[in-house]
Amino acid sequence: MTTPNPAAAALRDSIPIALGYFTVSLAFGLYCARMGVPPVLAGLISFTNLSSSGQFAGITIIGAQGSYLELAIGVALVNLRYVLMAISLGQRLGPQVGTGRRLLLAAGITDEIYALGMGRRQVGFGDYAASMVLPIIGWTSGTIVGAAAGEVLPARLVSAFGVLLYAMFVAIVVPAAAGSWQVLAVVLGAAGLSSLLAGINRLEVGWRIIIVTIVVAAAAATWLPQHRPRPETAEVAH
Amino acid sequence: MNLWGAIAVMAAVTYLLRAVPLVALRKRITNPWLLDFLHYVPFAVLTAMTIPAIIFATDSPVSGLVALGVAVIVAVRRGSLLLVALFAAAAVLVTEALINLI
Repeated sequence: MTTPNPAAAALRDSIPIALGYFTVSLAFGLYCARMGVPPVLAGLISFTNLSSSGQFAGITIIGAQGSYLELAIGVALVNLRYVLMAISLGQRLGPQVGTGRRLLLAAGITDEIYALGMGRRQVGFGDYAASMVLPIIGWTSGTIVGAAAGEVLPARLVSAFGVLLYAMFVAIVVPAAAGSWQVLAVVLGAAGLSSLLAGINRLEVGWRIIIVTIVVAAAAATWLPQHRPRPETAEVAH
Repeated sequence: MNLWGAIAVMAAVTYLLRAVPLVALRKRITNPWLLDFLHYVPFAVLTAMTIPAIIFATDSPVSGLVALGVAVIVAVRRGSLLLVALFAAAAVLVTEALINLI
């Protein structure tokens, strides 16, 4: 078997993300239109943020006539998980990827693009950048279409598209959990704690994800240590 | 708040959260606890985002649950990302069509 070009493979694997983003961002566009934000500005928000829950939180605060400080804190809290993802991605990239390239890749740290990267054996500048292109186009264009055109898809199709992103997460987590009982324990623990905390109405989704991640990953690192160098560390070394 | 100002604040806050850790933390982390912690983070994050949200992502919790089950089965059989996503979406369409029949 020939080794596929990692950037081409990353581009192909990002197609479901782009499709999922397009449909989810239709909803964000509709929401912006209700708040009186013009389609082009709605598209600008999506292009510069690339973050569904952060944008929903932000536009809600804008619509509620909140202050700049409230907006900044609200968006930061909902998006705090990107800090963890950026640290983890930085470790995968290794020291040889320089500042300029990191500044570019930073724009593409989203739940889904990051997840796609973590699903690959090795992560480099070219393949991560390639996996950003279609999702950014999908996310921005979907927002503009949603804001401008209102209902463009039949409700039944929108409902089916709603699971695309989650199905992708499953596709990344399940093979890893099937191959390692420690990862399986992390997945089951996170699913249980997340379901438990979802019952608390006043807990924001962003906070719930941060709490579950820190508690479960810390518990697993403490009680299920693996104590061996990460595979990617070994691969980068040669 | 001015809309342009609000857009700038949102963009700056979101970008800095991503860029500062990515640029500032360059050295290889060697602490084994921290390595294990970072190794487990993606699985915990993805699971927390999926469960229970997938159940509420569709018109009916039943179709969401069916989609989750189908996605797990296809993923266990090492289906590609696209295949898992398509099977899950198809499961929603079929389940909701069946619900409407009943």
